[in-house]
Amino acid sequence: MDYGLDTKSTRLKTFNTIFIITWLLIACFPFIWTFWGSFKVRADFFSRSDWWYAISAFNTLIETGGKFTTNAYTQAWTEGEFWKASKNTIIVTVFVVSISLFLGTLGAYALSRSTEKYAFWILMAALIFRAMPHITLVSGYLFPFFELQIWGILPTTIVVLVAINQPFTLWLLYSFFKTVPKELDESALIDGCSYFQAFRHIIMPVMWPGVITAGLFSLMLAYNDFTVTALLLNQENHTMVPKIQSYLGTNQHEGNLMWAVSAVVSATAPLFMLVMFFQRQVISGLTAGAVKG
Amino acid sequence: MPNKTFFWFFLPTGLAMILFIGLPIISTGIQSFYAQHDQVVKEVKKCDPFGCTVSIVVDNEETSKIREAKPLGKFNGFGTYTDRNHLAVEEIKKFWDETESFGAFVDQVTNLPFYKALIFTLTYCLFVTPNVLLLGFIIALSLNAVARKIRGPLIFGTILPMIVTPLVGSLVLFWMIDSQGIIGANIQNLMNDPYLSLKSSKTLTWITIIIYGIWHHSPFAFVVFYAALQTVPQEPIEAAIIDGASRFQRIKHIVLPHIYPVVTFVALISLMDNFRVFEPIIGFSAEGSAQSLSWLIYDNLVNEEVILFGSAAATSMMTIIGIAILLAPVLIRTWKEFKTAR
Repeated sequence: MDYGLDTKSTRLKTFNTIFIITWLLIACFPFIWTFWGSFKVRADFFSRSDWWYAISAFNTLIETGGKFTTNAYTQAWTEGEFWKASKNTIIVTVFVVSISLFLGTLGAYALSRSTEKYAFWILMAALIFRAMPHITLVSGYLFPFFELQIWGILPTTIVVLVAINQPFTLWLLYSFFKTVPKELDESALIDGCSYFQAFRHIIMPVMWPGVITAGLFSLMLAYNDFTVTALLLNQENHTMVPKIQSYLGTNQHEGNLMWAVSAVVSATAPLFMLVMFFQRQVISGLTAGAVKG
Repeated sequence: MPNKTFFWFFLPTGLAMILFIGLPIISTGIQSFYAQHDQVVKEVKKCDPFGCTVSIVVDNEETSKIREAKPLGKFNGFGTYTDRNHLAVEEIKKFWDETESFGAFVDQVTNLPFYKALIFTLTYCLFVTPNVLLLGFIIALSLNAVARKIRGPLIFGTILPMIVTPLVGSLVLFWMIDSQGIIGANIQNLMNDPYLSLKSSKTLTWITIIIYGIWHHSPFAFVVFYAALQTVPQEPIEAAIIDGASRFQRIKHIVLPHIYPVVTFVALISLMDNFRVFEPIIGFSAEGSAQSLSWLIYDNLVNEEVILFGSAAATSMMTIIGIAILLAPVLIRTWKEFKTAR
């Protein structure tokens, strides 16, 4: 802690530095390594004879004539149809984020301004819904969706992801709206606004910090989802994460492992950049429920 | 806010949650009482110059007719719950009668699919959750002592394992730990055992998945603890320093009590998330030696011949009951607080 009175011994400081560097290595090295390896051929990155090949690029030199190759990327994006998967991911993410923010802000605003008992119970129900493993919900969807013949298409998945995402969005925005002073909208009500007008003209202009945080989390949920998208979408409509799994093949030696490696890098890079940009919002969102009570 | 306004504000999100979270749970419940139809068989008499043979073949036409007429399957009551793949009531009875020692009995029971998965899921929760809390807290303390200027990038590096999806996270680790990856190959060299690999032993697989779990979840605990540390009041700490309290004593008597509510929050969330462990099993292709409850459901749902709706639903219902048991203490406490607050 950074207090004037608190003096740290050199030994403690050294120890602390070593610890942080070790942890950061553990946390980040796997990603750096995968990024590095994605520019090699398979015989190098998954070398059976010598792991040093991944660094010296022994086989990559023989096979492609250079130390780095982008073959894995070009093949995965064209032959592997990863472009289709990323297009689907973009569609799903955009719709999930906008719909769940629209529903979530309205609901959470109402919850934060209600003094009735049922508001508490709704929040508790949302907490229980949040705890449901997604796969148990999917096992409930599959049969009715087959019967209604709405299985496999993007709109179904979007609606399902919005619903699954609602409990968390509600909690997050609820704790955000609680920090917006009641007097703001109450004064508007006294001036003769309806609740909808107060929401539109008073709350909407000040709610963006909370909405951005909630939006980021919806985005991460939709972008990262595997359980729902893998089981509710047909091959044609698969998003990125199930697509990566399909590259793995049924066992290690089939499939296109290097496609999977390059696809992992392609899918992760935008997410990392986004988080780098919005780091503050992500952290405030994670702590919203916890620190304020 | 008047009830009517509340209703209209809440209607869209409420409807979404009831339709796609509430109803599916009920649908799962109903499905769990049904089982897929048996295949209709017919006898086919085949005659050739050497005589007639009667063989039994599957009547595909009849089977699909029945499936179409009753897509939900045949009513099975609690049959699915008690069968070999779930609670295995009969098998357990048999084991109890047949085995001589208690250890042998436990061995037999833990080989049944449902109990195997339950034990893995619980072991995973039991090892991952406390370690996540501990590691997250240590990282938070340690980062909190670093100069403010460089904290931003350090925090970014720390939260990377958390923001990737579990499937990608486990794949990235798996590619390193696998016998052909950088860490795996080096461990083989070090141990001088060319057959040593992740898949060679059940214990190793379990340990790897648990380590993955700690790696993936610690950043979340870190972020929450880090934010909580910023709110620790300075005065008591300064007073403690003047009184000569050691660093450890300060943490134990001032910092920890202050952030205690946050610790329960993190423990709860990470317990809920760990209980649904599933993607790492696919990422590490560890289906052979580690199966979780969620994985069992997934396996039933991607079954190639016939999707085992009933079986998946029964496992789902029991998973939901498990979650309810986990959550019960928290819910009861919140309710008591809510009642006394009024």
